[in-house]
Amino acid sequence: MTATTAEPVVIQAVGLAKSYLTAAGLFPALKGVNLTIHRGEFVAVMGPSGSGKSTFMNLLGCLDRPSSGDYILDGKSIARQSPDQLAALRGKTIGFVFQGFNLLPRMSLEDNVALPLVYAGVDVHTRRQQAGEMLSKVGLKGYEKSLPNRISGGQQQRVAIARALVNKPKLILADEPTGNLDSHTSEEIMALFGDLNREGITILLVTHEQDIAQHAKRQVRFLDGHIVSDEPTLQVEASC
Amino acid sequence: MLKAMLGEAWRAMGANRMRTALTMLGMVIGVGAVVLMMAIGQGAQLAVQQTIASMGSNLFIVLAGHTTAGGVRSGSGGGPTLTVSDAEAISELDGVIGVAPIHPGSAQLVHGANNWNSWVHGTTAAYFDVRSWSTVDGAPFTDSDVRSATRVALIGKTAADKLFGEESPVGKTIRIGQTPFIIVGLLAAKGQNLDGRDQDDMLIIPLSTAQRKLFGTPFQGSVRMIMVKTSSVEAMPAVEQAMTALLRQRHRLREGQDNDFYMRNLTAVADSAAATTRVMSLLLGAIASVSLLVGGIGIMNIMLVSVTERTREIGIRMAIGARQRDILSQFLLEAIILSIAGCIIGLMLGIGGAVLANRLTDTAVVISGSEALAAFGVAAAIGIFFGYYPAHKAAKLDPIEALRYQ
Repeated sequence: MTATTAEPVVIQAVGLAKSYLTAAGLFPALKGVNLTIHRGEFVAVMGPSGSGKSTFMNLLGCLDRPSSGDYILDGKSIARQSPDQLAALRGKTIGFVFQGFNLLPRMSLEDNVALPLVYAGVDVHTRRQQAGEMLSKVGLKGYEKSLPNRISGGQQQRVAIARALVNKPKLILADEPTGNLDSHTSEEIMALFGDLNREGITILLVTHEQDIAQHAKRQVRFLDGHIVSDEPTLQVEASC
Repeated sequence: MLKAMLGEAWRAMGANRMRTALTMLGMVIGVGAVVLMMAIGQGAQLAVQQTIASMGSNLFIVLAGHTTAGGVRSGSGGGPTLTVSDAEAISELDGVIGVAPIHPGSAQLVHGANNWNSWVHGTTAAYFDVRSWSTVDGAPFTDSDVRSATRVALIGKTAADKLFGEESPVGKTIRIGQTPFIIVGLLAAKGQNLDGRDQDDMLIIPLSTAQRKLFGTPFQGSVRMIMVKTSSVEAMPAVEQAMTALLRQRHRLREGQDNDFYMRNLTAVADSAAATTRVMSLLLGAIASVSLLVGGIGIMNIMLVSVTERTREIGIRMAIGARQRDILSQFLLEAIILSIAGCIIGLMLGIGGAVLANRLTDTAVVISGSEALAAFGVAAAIGIFFGYYPAHKAAKLDPIEALRYQ
């Protein structure tokens, strides 16, 4: 393990399990997973489709509630939270980055970035200021009033990262953030994640590409609803 | 927060202008129809109320009975069964505050080169009180005119226009046959009565003058009808009974014999006319309300489509911290804006339509501010009512499902 173990715990999954009711009966997607992530870690979650990693990410993202076991996010158990309490947790503690960027098409980049602040009840002046700060942080200063369809995929993903960061979350959850990008842009986005992690932000990244996972400091592999390996990334000084 | 939400609602509606406009059109037509129909319905009610007020309130009319001569029956008022002393006796009854015996006829009125056939009513000075009829120029004749059968007359607006045109008729002399009459007053315009007869096409002269000098009577003091005004609507049934008993006694009718007079309750006639127009305007309103309902359903329909189309957006919003009530209020707000905007336009079109109907066809219309306010409330209520289900559906979406929605 790395030196970050001294840092406070952000995520603690204890016997986390989730089953879905399907036509064929109860399907166990996640079969009791234990995982602890400390502040400042950069973790890649890997595994083939159907391995349970998406279910796991949904639970970590407070988008879903576990069938059994518990998940403690920043000291709060989420097993018994109401949908609205989960929404508040998502808004304050987690920043999401999706594969498909998921910006709202009719809103300016600034408004997109500021949207989490709207739901957090921040006043319009502060919203605008913080959104501007975040956009310049991801290298998009001057694009405040543009619409999402006017910029490239890589730029859209940067806006999405700015939106994830604007609430100063404890945790960034990135679900295949480079899945829709070419390899060059992917590298740029991963470099941005690397920078953010060096500033102390905890990042959890889902990917199925080994070279993307290589950017993380720790790699967790899923198979059939279990974690099959959990080890630090071998720091190979690659050509990048 | 609200400002941000209003901005978003505006953007969402602007994204599909044609659809927004068509959805609003449903509301526009609904509200417009309701406003127009209410204006026309209330106008009709007002017109009837004015007619009723012009007739005088709490009125009975007692008509003389018919005669039978060689098998030919004369019709009501044809028989010489009512007299001035009947009228005097009726005026003694409890609840009666005014009695006017009337001896009507029609005659050719002549003034200079003009002549005109008009109703001529001979009556007493009490008539003007009973019918709540005032003069706009000059003054009514008095009891002493009736006692001495003077040749004075009050003239209605229509008759005055026909004979005198623009001139003031007061102080002028007209002729009926060879008999000259001095016009002492011009009566206020009353308009049509419930039968549609022009009440202003009328000359009113002292009863005695009509009886002795103009029409003559079958016998001394006989009149064709008596108008009776009671103190209140509540007093009318009792007065009707007392009057019937009194007249039967005075006319020496035996048990089982038919009345030799007819009694009509003008207030009852008026009430039924008022009730008819009330029902009519209610019916108009009800029919118009159906289109408002259809407009509301249109909003619901479009909001459901909109929720489905924006499922992914809802998922994104939920992921970044929108609570269920944030989503609910966002879609509810959109529905309310649609219905209120539709209402404002509908209100303007409805009022415009009512004014146009008034100008083009002379239909009486009533536009009231309280109704405009009510229309507003109704539109907001429709927005909430029909917007709630789609908004609720959006708020209850599972964030994972919504995010995965393509």
